[in-house]
Amino acid sequence: MAITRDEVLHVARLARLELTDDEVERFTGQLSAILEAVAKVSELDLSDVEPTAHPLDLVNVWAEDEPRPSIPVEDALANAPDREAGFFKAPPA
Amino acid sequence: MIDTLRLTAEEAMGLIERGEASAAELHAAYLDAIRDRDGELHAYLRTVDEADGGGVPIAFKDVISSRGVETTAGSKVLQGYVPVFDSTVAARCREAGLPLIGKTNMDEFAMGSSTENSAYGPTRNPWDPERVPGGSSGGSAAAVAAGLAPWALGTDTGGSVKQPASLCGIVGLRPTYGTVSRYGIVAFASSLDQVGPMTKTVRDNALLYRIIAGRDPCDTTTVELPQPVELPEREDLKGIRVGVPKELNEAEGIEPGVKEAADRTIELCRELGAEVGETTLPRSVEYGLACYYLVAPAEASSNLSRYDGVRYGLRVEGESGVRSMYERTRDAGFGDEPKRRIMLGAYALSAGYYDAYYGQAQKVRTVIAQEHAAAFRSFDVLVSPTSPTVAFRLGEKAENPLAMYLSDVLTIPSNMAGLPGLSIPCGLSEDLPVGFQLIGPQFSENTLFHVGHALERAIGFDVVPGRLQ
Repeated sequence: MAITRDEVLHVARLARLELTDDEVERFTGQLSAILEAVAKVSELDLSDVEPTAHPLDLVNVWAEDEPRPSIPVEDALANAPDREAGFFKAPPA
Repeated sequence: MIDTLRLTAEEAMGLIERGEASAAELHAAYLDAIRDRDGELHAYLRTVDEADGGGVPIAFKDVISSRGVETTAGSKVLQGYVPVFDSTVAARCREAGLPLIGKTNMDEFAMGSSTENSAYGPTRNPWDPERVPGGSSGGSAAAVAAGLAPWALGTDTGGSVKQPASLCGIVGLRPTYGTVSRYGIVAFASSLDQVGPMTKTVRDNALLYRIIAGRDPCDTTTVELPQPVELPEREDLKGIRVGVPKELNEAEGIEPGVKEAADRTIELCRELGAEVGETTLPRSVEYGLACYYLVAPAEASSNLSRYDGVRYGLRVEGESGVRSMYERTRDAGFGDEPKRRIMLGAYALSAGYYDAYYGQAQKVRTVIAQEHAAAFRSFDVLVSPTSPTVAFRLGEKAENPLAMYLSDVLTIPSNMAGLPGLSIPCGLSEDLPVGFQLIGPQFSENTLFHVGHALERAIGFDVVPGRLQ
């Protein structure tokens, strides 16, 4: 199952990656080979099998809604590339 | 003068208890060893100068958040990131008095099997510096093998504790999914990621697992252990039923020297009193790798969406607006392997492909769990080589992602089922360590420790690499 150059560009857009031309070239070949290998799962007829999302049999884990101290604003902003007036600052949308 | 090369964590605890060494002296001895030997190996990304705690020092893979100590997950996108909180495992080690000695190198975001995918350069294998230590917890494995830490924590998604433990000749546990908290661990694939102890002995491994395991309110996927962790004592295997899955032991690509060492260890199980029989995992091994390389990248594509240059980490300004900033930050911040997996995951989850890829892989996961459950109706543990090969040369698989993925073909199936696995060194092939994998049902860590300890005593493997003796 080969992936085309256009599909690589489409997926890169979905994933918010601005790839260079070299990367598009390299990843088109590599992703095609990987997709061909993983497409093996389609050999099996599993129409009557339930999917597994999680390996433990846990359902609805509840917790009491108790207030706890949270990270102070100053700490939460400590690693931010840019900030203003107690907020994260990002370029305009 | 403390010789860190051979010292186990249990012995180091003895030195402290008997007043023969202080925590500060131990810490200093390991820092000296790091200064002597880590220039060549590059197991550490950074070290911590002062011992904070009265116990035996410990190293963390750099994916484990440690308050006040830079944590990069081996990625440029997190360069300079200093966590303002401890992960739960870091907090538990702190409470147990274990001073952090440093953060170890790893494949970027734990994606890889050689530690060559680190944005900060590769780690080398203490047994042969021309070879890789395995990955992704290669820094932790190399540190323990070379006496640069008495013990360390790694993380395992598809085999990232077991495989480097195998390639470096040490003991590595991938615990039952849900027994160790993931709170504060930089996420890769959340339904698979587990923190695991990497040690020189099985008893050290049990001691460290006892410290980190147990339910954590901050991670709702965790559970309380059904029974306390027991330190293994017994040196026989009477009453233990050992299953040898044909497909895991005869898989294509297993080197003859690896197969020989594993077969000798299976014979040893019999000599120690175990009942040994053949069993089968027909579809788990054949389809496991494909299943993993759909499920894990799908989860990664979601988890890695957080690196957007807004709240922490790298930011590269765009031409205009926030979207261009996102795209440039992510292109500059991620290496090739995370990019491949993010795109693979986004593709497998995208409209039109979801059912055929991700949905089908989740069903294969059910089949894998059922096959293992069936085998455990007749056996207490399943055994095989941990890795099909001994440590390979740096650069050997760097250009071929699929060849690299095959390094984990024997560790992935049981990981998909959330099962615990212990790798112990079982001998040498081409003068390099071979790992033996023990897989048990969920919550069977005590059995794995018992079997691993009995084998370890009988094998008498010397964990100090020949060239360092």
